[in-house]
Amino acid sequence: MRQGVTYADVRVEDIHERHLATKNGRVAGASSSESYGVGIRVLAGGCWGFAATDDLSASGIERAGALAVEIARASALAKRRDTELAPEPVHVADWTSPCTIDPFSTSVEQNLSMLLAVDAELRRHAGVTLAETSMIFTRRRQVFASSAGSVIDQTRTITGAGFSAFSYQGDEIQKRSYPNSFGGQYQLKGYELIDELQMLQHAPRIAEEVVALHKADPCPEGSFDLILDGSQLALQIHESIGHPIELDRVLGSEANYAGMSFLTLDQLNRLRYGSEIVNVVADARLDHGPGLGTFAFDDEGVAAQSTDVIRDGQFTGYMTSRETASAVGENRSNGTMRADGWSHLPLIRMTNVSLEPGGSTLEEVFGGVDQAIYMETNKSWSIDDKRYNFQFGCEAAWEIRNGKRGRMLKNPMYSGISTEFWNSCAAIANRHHWTLWGVPNCGKGQPEQTMGTGHGASPSRFHGVKVGASSHE
Amino acid sequence: MNDSALLSRKRCQEILHAAVAAARRAGVEDVEIMLGAGEESLTRFANNQIHQNVSERSRFLSVRTMAGQHTARATTNRVERNGIEAAVEQAIALMRSSEPDPALLPLLGGSEKAGNRRYFAEVAETTPAARAQAVAEAIRLVEGEGQTAAGIYSTASSAEAILNSAGLFRYYDETKSVFSITAMDDASSGWAKASSPHYEPAIPITLAASAARKARLSRNPREIPSGEYTVILEPAAVLDLAGQIFGDFSGTALADQRSFLTDRLGSKLFGDNISIYDDVNHSLQAGAPFDGEGVPRRRLALVERGIPTEVAYSRASAVTAGTEPTGHGFPLPNEGGESPVNIVIAGGATTVDEMIASTNYGILVTRLWYIREVEPYEKVMTGMTRDGTFLVEDGQVVCGIRNLRFNQSVVELLKNVSALSPSVRASGEEAFDMVVPAMKVEGFRFTEVTKF
Repeated sequence: MRQGVTYADVRVEDIHERHLATKNGRVAGASSSESYGVGIRVLAGGCWGFAATDDLSASGIERAGALAVEIARASALAKRRDTELAPEPVHVADWTSPCTIDPFSTSVEQNLSMLLAVDAELRRHAGVTLAETSMIFTRRRQVFASSAGSVIDQTRTITGAGFSAFSYQGDEIQKRSYPNSFGGQYQLKGYELIDELQMLQHAPRIAEEVVALHKADPCPEGSFDLILDGSQLALQIHESIGHPIELDRVLGSEANYAGMSFLTLDQLNRLRYGSEIVNVVADARLDHGPGLGTFAFDDEGVAAQSTDVIRDGQFTGYMTSRETASAVGENRSNGTMRADGWSHLPLIRMTNVSLEPGGSTLEEVFGGVDQAIYMETNKSWSIDDKRYNFQFGCEAAWEIRNGKRGRMLKNPMYSGISTEFWNSCAAIANRHHWTLWGVPNCGKGQPEQTMGTGHGASPSRFHGVKVGASSHE
Repeated sequence: MNDSALLSRKRCQEILHAAVAAARRAGVEDVEIMLGAGEESLTRFANNQIHQNVSERSRFLSVRTMAGQHTARATTNRVERNGIEAAVEQAIALMRSSEPDPALLPLLGGSEKAGNRRYFAEVAETTPAARAQAVAEAIRLVEGEGQTAAGIYSTASSAEAILNSAGLFRYYDETKSVFSITAMDDASSGWAKASSPHYEPAIPITLAASAARKARLSRNPREIPSGEYTVILEPAAVLDLAGQIFGDFSGTALADQRSFLTDRLGSKLFGDNISIYDDVNHSLQAGAPFDGEGVPRRRLALVERGIPTEVAYSRASAVTAGTEPTGHGFPLPNEGGESPVNIVIAGGATTVDEMIASTNYGILVTRLWYIREVEPYEKVMTGMTRDGTFLVEDGQVVCGIRNLRFNQSVVELLKNVSALSPSVRASGEEAFDMVVPAMKVEGFRFTEVTKF
């Protein structure tokens, strides 16, 4: 290492992707991409420097390394304290995520044939004015090596797919999606996920619902018992628990862009975050499931772990890094540093931040109160930059009376304050209804990085939530 | 014509020749390539110190092959002979597996055309030490106010080209510098951001002073109830909110019936004082003067005196609509079609100070945050105010207020603009950079108050 460099790590990444899409019976996307490069991170004079290049010749890597050191030394012009890293054992490991059917081994004809069949099924229903389907496969091999001696070779395969139907009538555009909005479901799996989703079987229902929404009553306004499906609850977890527990946000690193957090350090082990049935973990281990936040080691070489975030309603833990762990009295990072590719610096990112299954049957979740509103599939999401006030819109809702699904409601939305919402949690469905959802598009950092995160959830009921309709009427 | 050091025209031609030769060996004649190369360095600071400091150098080659009604794309950053040939093979394999597209058009022909460039060597050559020095000075100013600074200073250069086997060659390069700063007081904050193709050494300290002033003025924020208010949106807030509607000014979006302009083009929708253009050649704009197929961008009158008039067309959507392409198409194949990307909203003559002076009771907004569409036909958006929200009473800014959530139709907003400032180049986080005025808007709908 160059003089003054106290630590360095490198990540060489080779990323492959296939993307296919259809729109109204036509192929709207058929592309593949690959990206190969190296990111070099150094600690010199107590400051970080990072340089990335796709020139993997010896001279290219040498130039990038020298630039990283130059950048670290420039950082010292505005330094308050030396950066120190929590210790981590040296790891030498190979790890490949489980993948039953290699998605890249499937033919493009097979992929498109399935998507076009779904597309056709959606358009068979009168009133559907736009049908869209998509499928995406990603394989990322990463070799991490550090000056401490770690050498970690990881390969992760991710599959995603979904579809949406739109209907335009009068002055209204409605949308329904399966299995989730914004591209569907994404997991750390192979093509077996496509088979599990059974998209063709669900297409007629989605087409029928999107047209029916035009005739549905607007969601009523007021305070209601609210039941959320697992996919919407996954995004609720992401925004109102996942981001607030990122310790770099808490400490101010994201103040200019993504924002900060209401979970100031004095709240740890003191704040009643949720009701007593609320238990949340940040778990990157394969034992938790095939999530977008599942790996063996994070991007600074820390082994995957499970951290209690909320236990019996009490706030118990942040997501940390080697640099920040000491701020909360920990002597080891809990392994959440990830970058979205070789060209970017690892940041604290959600792993799989999941609401543990509850003890209720689905009948108890829906039938535990006389009247409730059930909302399904996210349509819009927004939360303030400290993560207090949120507002979510969903694609569809139904009135629930005595546990039975009643009239359909359109343009539903709900809003609240994060801790008040989680403290109103009254019932959580059991493991039989629990799904590990993938959020593929989480933005953070400058330059902005887009990361996939995992969120396990089952349908749950919340008491006294402010509900309304997002219509302009 | 000068070339960027990142990507020369000669190298572009060499790569095209290699791609065409590889395709011909596989019996494919029609090849289009897109090339890009860039360097971006970003110095990031928080808690009054530099905490992340990065530099990235990258390239890409994207190959599209075409045969009959079939097309597909493969992208790589291995821009040497093996990588080029592998990308061509991959595109051909995908193309041959793909379903036919009856609407697919032949490659656009043409030759090399000289275009404007916005490349300034002093930006491209900014050193880590120069960025760190500017950041240190900005931090000192904010710290002198007893506040805490966070932000970025980035400098970047990039070059891009599109060429095809029918003779088309388009090339563009530019530089960009961005400075953004948040100044935080005990219970308040202020923010300022600017971007430019040029190197403007005074910008960091000017923006730091502005952010610090806003943080100081909004100390001890008062809570006011939600409801309808007169608002004064500074240019960044206008960009954040108005920027959400321009994807709908698209021939493909109209054909898909997913645009709020469906059945409304040519009808009076906004106020007489609203005129909006797409103009890549505007002196305050940036970006390539051609689209994803190489069609030169032409100026669009998107809205004239409140009437949506023109939308963008790719070559394919222009054929469907029986009109000419406008140079706003995305690279093929794609789902979205096209979109305007160089927005210029015509301004007026009222300064922000004059807007404040003419307001009896209202709210001054620096910036908006986390904006999402909740209703697509009236373009109802929700989001939050952030980093400098003030109460205006009797013509004066009287105090900072707690941040508010809005649920506001952009269509309604553009009907209710009572004053506009001269337009400036604005930069935010919720939409791409635009040339926009500040706006005074009547009846802006805030629905909730947050806790800070």
